[in-house]
Amino acid sequence: MSRFARLCQTSIGAKQVMAVTGLLLFGFVIGHLLGNLLVFAGRDSLNGYAHKLRDLGALLWVVRVVLLVVFLAHVGSALRLWRLNRAARPEPYAVEAHLVTTYAGRTIVMSGLLILAYVVYHLMHFTLGATNPEYLKLMDPKGLPDVYRMMVLGFSNAAVSGVYIVAMILLGFHLSHGLTSFFQTVGLNHPAYNPCFKRVGPVAGVVIAIGYISIPLAVLAGLVK
Amino acid sequence: MKLESKVPSGPIESKWDKRRNEMRLVNPANKRRYRVIVVGSGLAGGAAAATLGEMGYRVDCFCFQDSPRRAHSIAAQGGINAAKNYQNDGDSVYRLFYDTMKGGDFRSREGNVYRLAQLSAAIIDQCVAMGVPFAREYGGQLANRSFGGAQVSRTFYARGQTGQQLLLGVYAELCRQIAAKTVTMHPRTEMQELVVVDGHAKGIVTRDLVTGAIETFAADAVVLATGGYAPVFYLSTNAMGNNVTAIYRAYRKGALFANPCFTQIHPTCIPVTGEHQSKLTLMSESLRNDGRIWVPKRAGDKRDPRQVPEEDRDYYLERIYPAYGNLAARDVSSRAAKRMCDEGKGVGPGGLGVYLDFSDAIKRLGEGVIRERYGNLFDMYERITGEDAYQVPMRIYPAVHYAMGGLWVDYDLMSNVPGLFVLGEANFSDHGANRLGASALMQGLADGYFVIPYTLSNYLAGQKYGAVAASRPEFRQAGEEAQERIRKLLSVKGKRSVTSFHRELGKVLWEHCGMERSRGGLTKALEIVPAIREEFWENVKVTGGAKELNPELEKAGRVADFLDLAELICHDALAREESCGCHLRAEYQTEEGEAKRNDKDYCFVSAWEHKGPGQKPVLQKEPLEFETVHLAERSYK
Amino acid sequence: MNLTLRIWRQRNAQERGSLVSYEAKDISPDMSFLEMLDVVNERLIAKGEEPVAFDHDCREGICGMCSLVINGLAHGGRRATTTCQLHMRHFKDGDVITVEPWRSRAFPVVRDLVVDRTAFDRVIHAGGFVSSNAGGAPDANALPVPRDDAEKAMDAAACIGCGACVASCPNGSAMLFVAAKVSHLAHLPQGHPERAQRVLGMVHQMDLEGFGNCTNHTECEAVCPKEVSISHIAKMNREFIRASVLEA
Ligand SMILES: Cc1cc2nc3c(=O)[nH]c(=O)nc-3n(C[C@H](O)[C@H](O)[C@H](O)COP(=O)(O)OP(=O)(O)OC[C@H]3O[C@@H](n4cnc5c(N)ncnc54)[C@H](O)[C@@H]3O)c2cc1C
Ligand code: HEM
Ligand code: FES
Repeated sequence: MSRFARLCQTSIGAKQVMAVTGLLLFGFVIGHLLGNLLVFAGRDSLNGYAHKLRDLGALLWVVRVVLLVVFLAHVGSALRLWRLNRAARPEPYAVEAHLVTTYAGRTIVMSGLLILAYVVYHLMHFTLGATNPEYLKLMDPKGLPDVYRMMVLGFSNAAVSGVYIVAMILLGFHLSHGLTSFFQTVGLNHPAYNPCFKRVGPVAGVVIAIGYISIPLAVLAGLVK
Repeated sequence: MKLESKVPSGPIESKWDKRRNEMRLVNPANKRRYRVIVVGSGLAGGAAAATLGEMGYRVDCFCFQDSPRRAHSIAAQGGINAAKNYQNDGDSVYRLFYDTMKGGDFRSREGNVYRLAQLSAAIIDQCVAMGVPFAREYGGQLANRSFGGAQVSRTFYARGQTGQQLLLGVYAELCRQIAAKTVTMHPRTEMQELVVVDGHAKGIVTRDLVTGAIETFAADAVVLATGGYAPVFYLSTNAMGNNVTAIYRAYRKGALFANPCFTQIHPTCIPVTGEHQSKLTLMSESLRNDGRIWVPKRAGDKRDPRQVPEEDRDYYLERIYPAYGNLAARDVSSRAAKRMCDEGKGVGPGGLGVYLDFSDAIKRLGEGVIRERYGNLFDMYERITGEDAYQVPMRIYPAVHYAMGGLWVDYDLMSNVPGLFVLGEANFSDHGANRLGASALMQGLADGYFVIPYTLSNYLAGQKYGAVAASRPEFRQAGEEAQERIRKLLSVKGKRSVTSFHRELGKVLWEHCGMERSRGGLTKALEIVPAIREEFWENVKVTGGAKELNPELEKAGRVADFLDLAELICHDALAREESCGCHLRAEYQTEEGEAKRNDKDYCFVSAWEHKGPGQKPVLQKEPLEFETVHLAERSYK
Repeated sequence: MNLTLRIWRQRNAQERGSLVSYEAKDISPDMSFLEMLDVVNERLIAKGEEPVAFDHDCREGICGMCSLVINGLAHGGRRATTTCQLHMRHFKDGDVITVEPWRSRAFPVVRDLVVDRTAFDRVIHAGGFVSSNAGGAPDANALPVPRDDAEKAMDAAACIGCGACVASCPNGSAMLFVAAKVSHLAHLPQGHPERAQRVLGMVHQMDLEGFGNCTNHTECEAVCPKEVSISHIAKMNREFIRASVLEA
């Protein structure tokens, strides 16, 4: 453990934590998206899937705790490294100019923090029922918790959908830099594959953002009722 | 004064072994009690400091740059020679020795040069072990190129950055010793004075270039490896900071200055564009393998080079030296270029340039091949001149490049002041009147890695460690001299900038003591230079203060020494009434402009002794004896 | 041409500095940027003012001594060019040029445009070498090195230690500099015996010096006058992971 702690103290070690946790979060984001997309397959599919997840019982809690730890580790490392980076240049340049860095790259902490804020809201909204306690009481005809209705009700509110849409654009943005960066951080760099690594981030970012956004849009457009 | 070269007797192959076997050693337990000062962190100084540190001595190493990694050795491009005979093309220690002797036009000491050739192979071994990424063949073996007209391929290289890679290797070893605390590094520190106690070199006075503090350091021996003084000509291929200060101030304390007038001029540099020019950039000589040198036949022909038809071009090197053509020796082709420009045929701004034309080679081999061979050089040329040399011929002109002269040293690399050792370009020892390409790097490393560890130990073994403390009056006195000099420079408060004096001095020296020297010109220079110096001390304007980072003050100190050195150079050039190597006296040449050496009267090293300010220095002679080689005429016809 | 320069002036490490404007008249396009500053300095001296201090030595792009952030870009931002090789023909008459020192906590300003880069030396002290005493080396050809490895090592070893990577990195990170040395020696068999201590030691020192860390902006690679590639950073990351996981 102390070896691991020591590793996390170093800049490159902390970056590895970012990369590994980022990848795990990315995996979660993909899985979560696939599950959510069941909304297009109808009420029974989505609710059945949600029910199966809940049935996992203790395992679900394990996954939740792991996700929480991973998320906190990602955020914690991010903030620590960010602080160090800011301290590394106490006096800014009078003229700022760049040659190649991207907007997504320069704002990665900001997009991350906004995602964090969004995640808190999202949990309160759908998971904990803090904003809308009535959602948790919804039941479908089969007697299962009605996740499908919850989504439709939730996204019928244009303002709420707006928040989700913006957040998902930010997530896409975050991943467009983050994922490409992942390869470099863990040492994957090879002239033959670099063009591919370079594209993975932006492509995954766009796909994920479109995938998630499709749900509130479909609700707003009345395609999912 | 009798100059003892201390070259051991016996057959040349075993002189160094013999000397090493006779040398005294320092007991390992005592080594850490000895302090050694090494001024300079280039190949010579860096290697010496690191090796002495490894051996266990306590070393203080000094350089004026912000890091030892920036010494001017970093700029060497072409490569480093070694008699490895990896190519099986007939190379041997003897051949490298002979080529170096002949290259130096038989004005160097046989024993030293032979030792250099002997040590060359071990240098490559050492460098590879340190991680120097030399060029390799596909099979993983080291690659070689031929260089500077040698008939064998014995030059090891790392792209066009051989000096950089060697220096970074040395720097890494130095860093290891700094981390091990055997070496204390003092960057941004300039040596001001040598301290001599009871006739022995026992310390130095320095100025901290950031705070301006004057400090004294006492040691059991002092090693100077401060590089070359080519910037005495103002424009040269050397770095802006290269100087003569350290060795000149040692000269003033009694060390002899040998062959100061032997300064090498490199034929392929990018020409001057105007008064603002601050330094000249070397283009590797390898370009001459494929480029053809020409000027318009008619003086003042200002046509675009591409419009000048074949019959109006004079490929003068091919014409005058048909056997070697564009590959004629450095000094020969430099002088030929100057002559063309003097005749008004020079090209480019100011008419100081000749064409180096690749169009034939591009036609013959294709642009791809030329790009592969010289792409980085063409890029560099483009960066500086804004011209595309694939389309328009390059313009080149000779520039001052290397100082063969330096402090006089014996076979042990010790000057006539006991305890004062001088290594690398700062000494005079191995290159005679002209240096072969790729042999300065070799010399610096041989001196630092393989000679000084023995010879310095031999000296120290005869000395009681820590015998002299910095509290001795000699140190205070030397410190005061340094302070006084700085005070004087700052108090002139005249009207002209330091650089303006430097530029003026450079022009005079280039004009009268450059590629071609004559009695008349030198006599004239000996009148002008003291006049410039006089004005300098009355009219120089040095801004800023003594107790801060003050680049103007640094420059002023260096230029003051250059003004003195320039006079010494002219004295030396005037006294050497022969032509040899790079030293061409107009009076001593054949009808075709070939140098006429005078072995009967001038087969000696000129070693100058300082006699005090305002006094003419006195010439001491170390006769050169040749037991092994046979003095031959150099001919490139 | 005529230019307006805004140059950072700061007397010493303790005092605060500021940008000061100077007119640079009759500048020739053939001058290098440093020669242009020489001219400005000569004129300042003539007026009895203190010239601008800046670091430089070889003036041919190899010693790594020159620095300067020009209009926000280290070494002016031209491909494979140090400030000393940057020529005025790339500027236009009437341009306003802002000249600042490298900005990094690890590179404190010494005076005007001069900064203290000894942090880089200390990183090398922490392991950027092969321990091999003079005299004991085996024959240079005893250990063949594949040409490709030698070339890759050379690509990394081309680093001149100027610090442009740090200056240009939005995070003030020295990863490219440190990686260049780690990767150079990791590509050669001679570097292998010490590869683990080397990367661990150097990264540790890099962190101690107060450099930032890498978030893959790749600005460093873009301004690097020797075009050292960020692939060496990836290589260092691999070396670091390997050393952290495997070594005692
Ligand atoms: C452009 C160029 C290309 C070259 N190409 C080749 C080549 O291909 N092959 C070859 O063999 N040779 C070449 N040479 C020559 C060769 O590079 C040098 O002769 C050699 O590197 C000198 O090494 P050195 O250690 O003696 O001095 P340097 O490397 O010049 O080191 C001098 C050291 O002394 C220090 N110093 C100087 N004065 C003081 C002072 N007053 N106080 C404190 N410290 C001081 C400096 O800081 C520096 O650390 C080339 C030279 C140049 C200029
Ligand atoms: C679902 C949420 C998130 C996902 C899927 C995600 C994913 C990723 C990935 C894959 C990386 C690449 C790791 C690397 O650089 O090697 C990354 C980097 C990063 N993330 Fe996140 N992240 C998320 C949330 C956050 C949050 C909440 C923050 C809060 C600050 C954040 C801040 C960062 C930062 C600063 C980086 C470093 C960027 C870089 O090194 O280029 N992320 N993220
Ligand atoms: S002055 Fe040496 S790299 Fe610019």
